[in-house]
Amino acid sequence: MRVPLSWLREYVDLPAGETGRDIQTKLIRAGLEVEGVEQLGADLKGPLVVGQVLAIEELTEFKKPIRYCQVDVGDANGTGEPQNIVCGARNFAVGDKVVVVLPGAVLPGPFPIAARATYGKTSEGMICSARELGMGDDHDGIIVLPPEFEPGTDAIELLELVDEVLDIAVTADRGYCLSMRGVARETAIAYGLPLRDPALIDVPPANSYGPLVKVEDQYGCDRFVARSVVGVDPAAKSPIWMQRRIQKAGMRPISLAVDITNYVMLEMGQPLHAYDRHRIDGAITVRRATQGEKLRTLDGVERTLDAEDLLICDNSGPIGIAGVMGGAGTEIADAVVDPETGEVTGTSEIVIEAAHFAPVSIARSARRHKLPSEAAKRFERGVDPEATKAAAQRAVDLLVLVAGGTAEAGVTDIVAPHPVHSIAISADLPDRVAGQEYGRETVVRRLQEVGCTVVGTDVLVVTPPTWRPDLTDPNDLCEEVIRLEGYENLPSTLPNVPAGRGLTEAQRLRRRIGIALASAGQVEVQNYPFIGEAVLDALGIESGDPRRETVKIANPISHEEPSLRTTMLPGLLGALHRNVGRGTTDVALFEIGRIFRVDGTAETLYQAPRLPVDRRPTEDEIAQLDAALPRQPYRVGAVFAGSRDPQGWWGKATVWTWADAVEAARTVADAAGVELTVRQDQHTPWHPGRCAGLYVGEVLVGHAGELHPRVIKAMNLPDRTCAMELDLDLLTEGGAVKATGPKISTFPVATQDVALIVDEAVKAADVEAALRAGAGSLLESLRLFDVYRGESLGEGRKSLAYALRFRAADRTLTADEASAARESAVAEATARVGAALRG
Amino acid sequence: MSAPNKSYDPVEVEALKPEEIERLRDEAIAAFAAATDLDALHEAKVAHTGDRSPLALANREIGALPPAAKAAAGKLVGAARGAVNKALAERRTALEAERDARVLVEEAVDVTLPYDRAPRGGRHPLTTFAERLMDVFTAMGYSVAEGPEVEAEWLNFDALNMGPDHPARSTQDTFFLKDADSVVLRTHTSGVQIRSLLAAAEPPVYVICPGRVFRSDELDATHTPVFNQVELLAVDEGLTMADLKGTLDHMVASLFGEGISTRLRPNYFPFTEPSAEMDMVCFVCRGESVGNPDRPCRTCSSEGWIELGGCGMVNPRVLVACGIDPNKYSGFAFGFGIERMLMFRHNVEDMRDIVEGDVRFTLPFGMEI
Repeated sequence: MRVPLSWLREYVDLPAGETGRDIQTKLIRAGLEVEGVEQLGADLKGPLVVGQVLAIEELTEFKKPIRYCQVDVGDANGTGEPQNIVCGARNFAVGDKVVVVLPGAVLPGPFPIAARATYGKTSEGMICSARELGMGDDHDGIIVLPPEFEPGTDAIELLELVDEVLDIAVTADRGYCLSMRGVARETAIAYGLPLRDPALIDVPPANSYGPLVKVEDQYGCDRFVARSVVGVDPAAKSPIWMQRRIQKAGMRPISLAVDITNYVMLEMGQPLHAYDRHRIDGAITVRRATQGEKLRTLDGVERTLDAEDLLICDNSGPIGIAGVMGGAGTEIADAVVDPETGEVTGTSEIVIEAAHFAPVSIARSARRHKLPSEAAKRFERGVDPEATKAAAQRAVDLLVLVAGGTAEAGVTDIVAPHPVHSIAISADLPDRVAGQEYGRETVVRRLQEVGCTVVGTDVLVVTPPTWRPDLTDPNDLCEEVIRLEGYENLPSTLPNVPAGRGLTEAQRLRRRIGIALASAGQVEVQNYPFIGEAVLDALGIESGDPRRETVKIANPISHEEPSLRTTMLPGLLGALHRNVGRGTTDVALFEIGRIFRVDGTAETLYQAPRLPVDRRPTEDEIAQLDAALPRQPYRVGAVFAGSRDPQGWWGKATVWTWADAVEAARTVADAAGVELTVRQDQHTPWHPGRCAGLYVGEVLVGHAGELHPRVIKAMNLPDRTCAMELDLDLLTEGGAVKATGPKISTFPVATQDVALIVDEAVKAADVEAALRAGAGSLLESLRLFDVYRGESLGEGRKSLAYALRFRAADRTLTADEASAARESAVAEATARVGAALRG
Repeated sequence: MSAPNKSYDPVEVEALKPEEIERLRDEAIAAFAAATDLDALHEAKVAHTGDRSPLALANREIGALPPAAKAAAGKLVGAARGAVNKALAERRTALEAERDARVLVEEAVDVTLPYDRAPRGGRHPLTTFAERLMDVFTAMGYSVAEGPEVEAEWLNFDALNMGPDHPARSTQDTFFLKDADSVVLRTHTSGVQIRSLLAAAEPPVYVICPGRVFRSDELDATHTPVFNQVELLAVDEGLTMADLKGTLDHMVASLFGEGISTRLRPNYFPFTEPSAEMDMVCFVCRGESVGNPDRPCRTCSSEGWIELGGCGMVNPRVLVACGIDPNKYSGFAFGFGIERMLMFRHNVEDMRDIVEGDVRFTLPFGMEI
């Protein structure tokens, strides 16, 4: 809502020196979101005057037709002589009154005006358009004023060009502030000044000879006021003051009848509709649409109606979507001037509708037809049903005043019975909500200020005013009291929070993982979870793979990526690609986040019950809500490309390899306190020979290794890009291994090395397992320190060299004991994997 | 008297003359002093103290002396050898010290050589900033609650007093799921608050809910369709708006320094009543830029205040939907976006830098924030 200060002052006698910023501060405190104060005409400087065009010389030698005009500006130029002005607009004739800016003036911009040579003439100023004066964006030529103004009259005042306009973002609960009346009320309360309520005007009582109206749906329309005005001059135009107020409020002047309905809406918040009476066939009827019914609305669009749409109809069918937009068929006709006689024909008899519609119905229709009209915006947020008669009266008065019409005596006012809604609150509830003592008197006074009727002592029975449909609950009333007493005056206290237990194990784990991976040289990213088919194709994930069954968004940001991720890799590889593209070629990234999977979900996936809100849902209902959701496990993923350790003065570079990807998984498992087993595996999108399956016990929890070269090519990734992905929920399912304090033996260690020759196909993990099993309890640790392949070993063989450390808890081991343990280890390796001792 | 020593050799005895011994002694001492390194000293040592050195030979002569002369000669030679050994030891110590000093000089390196060898890692500031917030509140006794990102509408909207036709619901710019009934990408973490209330048999409930949320905005310098929120919920007996204010004050003082406080401005949210918008004193200019064009503040646009987010007293209707008696319990809640807070706390100018995963953005934030 845009509120011109000049208009606001009509309802509240604000102190003379009060600026827009002052009022802004006060209103913000009271809870109106005043986003800014526009200074209209701040840099405007005269002389800007009314001129009368005396003569026009058409200059035709230029690309576009140009006019050289003599304009009478009265004494404004000091000489009284006509002013010579070059003008490119053509929407005026000799004798017209126009707005002239003279040399020395400054137009908004700022744009200083001086006499200047142009099109072979000297132009002593300019004839102005609305846009040049900062009045609006209309650019259909210069302003032609009504004939009654004298040349030389100051146009800055005439056009009210200097003003301040408050720009207020009205929240959903304060529909009444979408009107001057509502903002004036808040201003009056904020300043402790009386309000001149524009709705308090004399209105004749309803009678039976007003326009014929039938309301068939009293739920959708609980109030319908109709009035008629005849003898309206079709040639009459909106007065400048009205046009200016409409412009300043952010709307466009259109035609007199429309301007009047808009003006009254801005003033009182009540949307009105004006019909050409001759174009209405029979009684105006309010009813629901029949499915598929059609209506061409004012904007020229033919709309197919829904059975829920509330309609205004006549005998011919729908003539408007109630509270949203009127139909083209009963629109006020444009005035037509007969070129022969100069006679103006158009609408001369007008029916004014001021009705009250159910907010939900209007909201749905406006959304359904994508028509967020000014009227719908107000009805949705709730308008004052009691303002209907005053608003209709105001429109009638203006038609009479400005358009020379005659009000007909008939007043139609259809009222559906309304229960009075009162709220009982304990008088100290605002104190208890605020944590501050206001006292009963203050509470009652504040509630009365906003328009409530209040009775009672300890328990107050409060009846909110008709313009505040948002006041329904005790806490709503508390807010009124507390905001008017000032949120800024609330004390600052701390509640006694019971002792807490800190983070959960899962939360601590995610922190540890983040710190561990970052310490290992990886950089954390947080990617969008949106993916598309293309990336799943590029990864080579085949149909039937659960990663292909995605959760799909109905209204995605990009139709290329309409799904939620089923794996962490697309986002990570995208970020990797972006980094490489920007010149960071050595990259290691990780991300911890949720993926979204439909495999393993209930049959009721996506079918969430719509539960009531007046009670707690049952355990069964809560379970149904959860059963409607996809699985959303936490995962950790990592990707690697380029050098891990760049070339430097210390030596050559080493690159990130499959082993680093596996190591990252181990880092995560270590942080989780879980023992991870690595097995050779084949899994898309990894390289079939360089893919590790990661296990906890017998449960597969993830994969790591080098990506498939085809995937690297398809995604345009650096050669040998590596990746790891682990399911954190699965990883921690069995819980962490609790560390037990080891007994530290102080007896000396016995070190024995052993080199074993095995077939190429034998996995190091299997050899190690065999050695461990065979070595027995004396083995303290075992480490693979070399892998050798050579002709001496024979084709398809390799030698694995291990350092074994033996130690006993209670004695110094003899050489024989250590050797026996070593031999036993080797024997087990021979038995399990065919290992031969290398000589 | 004993019989004369038959092997007494007057020529040899010449070597035991005191003058001769002194000469040998002085020669040895001079030779040591002349040695310029440990190798030369070693040669001098062999020459002057070795088995075949003149002093050693002289010592051997003592045995041939008549018993009466032995003692005096022994004393003479012993004193000379002692002096020689002492000189040798001293010279060795000196030369060793010289050598050690020289080695240290020779081993000097350029310690300014860059050693950018170990890969550098870092955590995302959105993660660490959320953690910092969690730490502030867990220290106060709050728990951290989490919930699903794909959420049932009842939990995301209805239970929060946002019915199907609530005007606020349409302004949430919700991502809906295809072929799904009443399931959405959560638009805020408030669903977690509802879950926390449902999970508690009875208040008190004090939780903080960080997490990823979704709104259908396009990514630009100040908007992102996926962002992180932190919301707080406290439900207990007798909680007031003053408690809300105090909790907010404590939070901003913890994050931005002592003396930084908040102010509340009335606003509207369906899930709170009364509702407020919360601002904090600008931590950069502390309000001094207001009306002071000479010292403009970029952080708060010289407003003196920075907008943080929404808050209020939990709407009793929300408590009812969770089966909590609103006559017995009251609560407060607030929520804000972490991205926005990160942007103004760390002068991040473009939202895209936060979401694009460029390592150059993340690395300066290190492990904690």
